[in-house]
Amino acid sequence: MDFLNPVINGFAVVLEPTNLLYCLIGVVIGMLIGVLPGLGPAATIAILLPLTYNVEPVTAIIMLAGIFYGAQYGGTITSVLLRLPGEASSVVTVFDGYQMAKQGKAGTALGLASIGSFVGGTASIIGLTFLAPVVASFALDFGPPEYTALAMLGILLVATISSGSKAKALVAAALGLLLATVGRDIFTGESRFTFGSLDLADGIDFVPIAMGIFGLGEILYNLEERHRAAKAPSKVANVWPSRKDLKQASGAIGRGSVLGFFLGILPGGGATIASMASYAMEKKRAKQPERFGKGAPEGVAGPETANNAAATSSFIPLLTLGIPANATMALMFGALLIQGVTPGPQLVEQDPELFWGVVNSMYIGNILLLIMSLPLVGIFVKILRVRAAILAPVTALITLMGAYTINNSMFEVSLVVVFGIVGYLMKKFGFEPGPLVLAFVLGELLESSMRRSLLVFGGDPMGFFGRPISATLIVVFVLVAVLPGVRAMLATRKASAAAEPAPAKIKEKV
Amino acid sequence: MIPVKETPAAGAGRKPTELPAGLPTRLPEELPADLPDDLTPEQLAAQWEEEKPPAAGPLANAASSLAVLGVGIGALVLSVAMGLGTPSAPQPGLWPFIISCVMVALGLFQLIAGRHNRDAEKFTRMSTAPLTGLVTLAAMVALMPLIGFELPALVLCIIWMRFLGGETWRSTLLISTIVVAAFYGIFVLALGTSIPHLF
Repeated sequence: MDFLNPVINGFAVVLEPTNLLYCLIGVVIGMLIGVLPGLGPAATIAILLPLTYNVEPVTAIIMLAGIFYGAQYGGTITSVLLRLPGEASSVVTVFDGYQMAKQGKAGTALGLASIGSFVGGTASIIGLTFLAPVVASFALDFGPPEYTALAMLGILLVATISSGSKAKALVAAALGLLLATVGRDIFTGESRFTFGSLDLADGIDFVPIAMGIFGLGEILYNLEERHRAAKAPSKVANVWPSRKDLKQASGAIGRGSVLGFFLGILPGGGATIASMASYAMEKKRAKQPERFGKGAPEGVAGPETANNAAATSSFIPLLTLGIPANATMALMFGALLIQGVTPGPQLVEQDPELFWGVVNSMYIGNILLLIMSLPLVGIFVKILRVRAAILAPVTALITLMGAYTINNSMFEVSLVVVFGIVGYLMKKFGFEPGPLVLAFVLGELLESSMRRSLLVFGGDPMGFFGRPISATLIVVFVLVAVLPGVRAMLATRKASAAAEPAPAKIKEKV
Repeated sequence: MIPVKETPAAGAGRKPTELPAGLPTRLPEELPADLPDDLTPEQLAAQWEEEKPPAAGPLANAASSLAVLGVGIGALVLSVAMGLGTPSAPQPGLWPFIISCVMVALGLFQLIAGRHNRDAEKFTRMSTAPLTGLVTLAAMVALMPLIGFELPALVLCIIWMRFLGGETWRSTLLISTIVVAAFYGIFVLALGTSIPHLF
């Protein structure tokens, strides 16, 4: 079993005290921000990026990953107790979770959600362990043309699957690609868009962009609607679900694991979509669908399992192809690049300690989270009483001072504030910030592989179709790009054929 | 800049308790006691939709599209100036040129087709809060190199907690002092960073 050796060595990495400690810090922070509405995992990871400068790459990623999947656990608590989803991925949990809480079964709902999350997360890690090396070895043959197509497809999918207007998401992505070109041209060494500034000569760092657009932008946006903390119930009793509840939910947990795992791998997929898909599937499968929305345990267990499974499996494209599947993974990508590690198919071979260390840390993290969300859930419920009015200035100060420590210069701090304004205005005007950050991260890879492939093809763009994988990816890219337009055109034609003026509301976001 | 259009009608017609709760990820002031609890998921989703901040009008949509167009055209001009070259021998400007073309196209599309989109939010009286926040942040960035971080941070905390957050004076002063002291302890004493500090 040579194959399993690096996996076992990975456990040795995880069990180093430093890594265990950072794993614990990560999941606790994740759980906290999951409980506190407002800042999401992406914003938190962005704000905490400077923390990772002085630690080992594997330790840094273990902590950031912990924040990400920890938030999936924490988001459930407010969904169930207050009917307020802490995270977007817990929105559907509200429907049945809050009803269960009203029936006095809040503990059961939380318990089922944690057990489901644990099972989904663990199943997904096992899937990751077996699937990731296969994908990576397949991708080892990828050349610049494949990477060009893959990066383009990844950006397009993330932009089009986002919840808001697709055109606006694409604008954000284009802006990200433009920002990535600031600085020295890698091929000719000429300066681009630097406007004579020496600070910009080396390009814009990823960290100030992420901290500004995700972190400060989100903080400013939340200032607009400041609310006092909601009344949290004083205590939650009986978090251990009965055998009957578990039996009823076990099917949903199993299906949620599988569904979440596969949806998490797809670019643009991820925890939010997985939880919604799982809820829809459970409702469709149920013998009495009318129970849903009235406190059906499957309606809590399924989505919560799926969002955790998806959060875990979305590491596969990042760690094996070097293509982040969503905005949070783009932050992980950036964090790895800061550490001098380029995620990609060679990672499993060249840096097995990092790869398996991160993957295996998720087992530990999930166990820690299960402990925190079953016996210790009461502590986290109390945290709901911390007022947003106090949290906001603290997070803003952490952001500014953290930004200073990146390079010990005020230039980064100013950049963070500038991008904070950009992020706030983008949110205000309905431009999603996620595609911008993702495109920024992939910008350099996309440009350099496109130019390299064009050199190989002698300047002929049709060369992309001469290689099977890049050809397939480009065809998919074109389909994804064109299909919504064609659909809209068909819809308007149908509407006009029926002599009904298409209502302007059709263009509203879905 | 983006036109800030105040609509007094929308602002005045709402009592504080009826303020839009915004996206479901944010806490409302307090769970209203009279909230009907037996909402189906569809009704709940509809309610969230209703509670969203008011949507901005066509003017804001046009302004954002024009801003996109402006950035796109600016980048277009600059990248042409850098030289395009040919696909087989590209100059530095070719790639930014391609992106700016896409951006201009999207901006035009958005200008024409996105006029009636409702995904932009109106600037309301509440928007003065982020503006105030922004001013304090900018002031802090300007003052930090001159007088250290402590005093600007303290002022920022006080403004955010007392005036933006509506905390009482007592808790504001107490917590602000503790926060700044904690930051001093972490960034100056424990981590020994070179953050400009007064004391």
